[in-house]
Amino acid sequence: MKGFWHDAAEFFPILMSGVALTIIVTIGSLLLSTVLGLIWAMMRVSGIKVLSMLGASLINVIRGIPIIVLLFYLYFVMPDLGVTLSALQAAILGLGIAYSAYQAENFRAGIEAIDKGQIEAAQSIGMGWWLTMRRVVLPQAVRIVLPPYGNVMIMMLKDSSQASTITVAELALQGKLIASSTFKNTNVFTLVALMYLTMSIPLILLVRHFEKRAGKK
Amino acid sequence: MIELTDVHKSFGQNEVLKGITASVQKGEVVCIVGPSGSGKSTILRCINGLESYDRGEISVEGLKVDRDAASIVKVRTQVSMVFQRFNLFPHRTVLENVVEGPLYVKKEPRAQVLERGRVLLAQVGLAEKADAHPPQLSGGQQQRVAIARALAMQPKAILFDEPTSALDPELVGDVLGVMRKLADDGMTMVVVTHEMGFARDVADRVLFIDGGVIVEQGSAKSVLNQPQHPRTQDFLRRVLHPL
Repeated sequence: MKGFWHDAAEFFPILMSGVALTIIVTIGSLLLSTVLGLIWAMMRVSGIKVLSMLGASLINVIRGIPIIVLLFYLYFVMPDLGVTLSALQAAILGLGIAYSAYQAENFRAGIEAIDKGQIEAAQSIGMGWWLTMRRVVLPQAVRIVLPPYGNVMIMMLKDSSQASTITVAELALQGKLIASSTFKNTNVFTLVALMYLTMSIPLILLVRHFEKRAGKK
Repeated sequence: MIELTDVHKSFGQNEVLKGITASVQKGEVVCIVGPSGSGKSTILRCINGLESYDRGEISVEGLKVDRDAASIVKVRTQVSMVFQRFNLFPHRTVLENVVEGPLYVKKEPRAQVLERGRVLLAQVGLAEKADAHPPQLSGGQQQRVAIARALAMQPKAILFDEPTSALDPELVGDVLGVMRKLADDGMTMVVVTHEMGFARDVADRVLFIDGGVIVEQGSAKSVLNQPQHPRTQDFLRRVLHPL
């Protein structure tokens, strides 16, 4: 145990630089997946056949490709097509796109859970599609969508470790580098696990808060 | 001001409106009565384009009702609707519900609209509830807010779709009272209802609908007190003397 704390003190600063990248990747891909997910969801509920089919196909294609393959594609294949991305850019883009499919399905479920009478009431006072969405449907859907959204945040935090496969020196990769140079596997990976857990706890509490609020109505 | 000419409407194989021809004059109160499933609500929903119709024509103030045309917004801002299940926006306060349409659809000046909203809430007896949220109100109160929301659009007519059917019996009176006052003030109203007392006292005209056609129509007294058609007689007997 004494050895652990000693190692922890020594490796902590290096791992913290990994934490910074972990947070950047998580927040970046969270924002991107939210925007893309909203767009796919809007396409699906637009009532315009071409758009909703396009949205559904996009979601299925994205869902059917493993995150790691998506990352490899962006980082290793795109340069052959003339688009060179930094490892960090590719990570944010890849995770953002991969998670946009789950976000979209979550948003769509929230939107479709809104009582049809609400939409009719909005239409009956002359609101068009977009105004109905903005003023009536989305504000109510947010409440329903937030708890699963919080879960996606936690999953994204953990899945940001997949960025290590394309050389982003985030927490998991920093841990691996230290472990392979010091052979202190147990202490290093225990510390890494504890650091992920520490970052997850506030998010877990946030989800619990969302769930309570959604349940209250 | 509202004209229906030979309106047909089917849901799949089921033809619910089989050629409805009727008109509503300015300032008139028309009650539509009839058994459930007879197409009463569908007529209302076609008039403001919540539902499409297959054949025939509906017009409001000379404007053809076509739910896929841009002009539908103009129809809807002239003809408000009050729903059986109120359909207030639960995430907004009572006053916000009332001013939503004038503010965001008609884009009227905020101060003026808020003032009008408060006056309307006072009119339906709910001035002190302006800042409450709809789920905190009783059904009767919610329906009166819904009426204020309809009035805030300054419509030329209001459609009522069974406005008291979802209410506890002791709350029906308040809502009918507000509607009666509107009728006295000269509002053009089309009311789908099972409240025969209201129809008899307030309606200028009553349409009895069964099986998607108008079976009988005329003044409230003639249709409700001396119904000519056997189906009307049978329906009224069952509604007025259920035992």
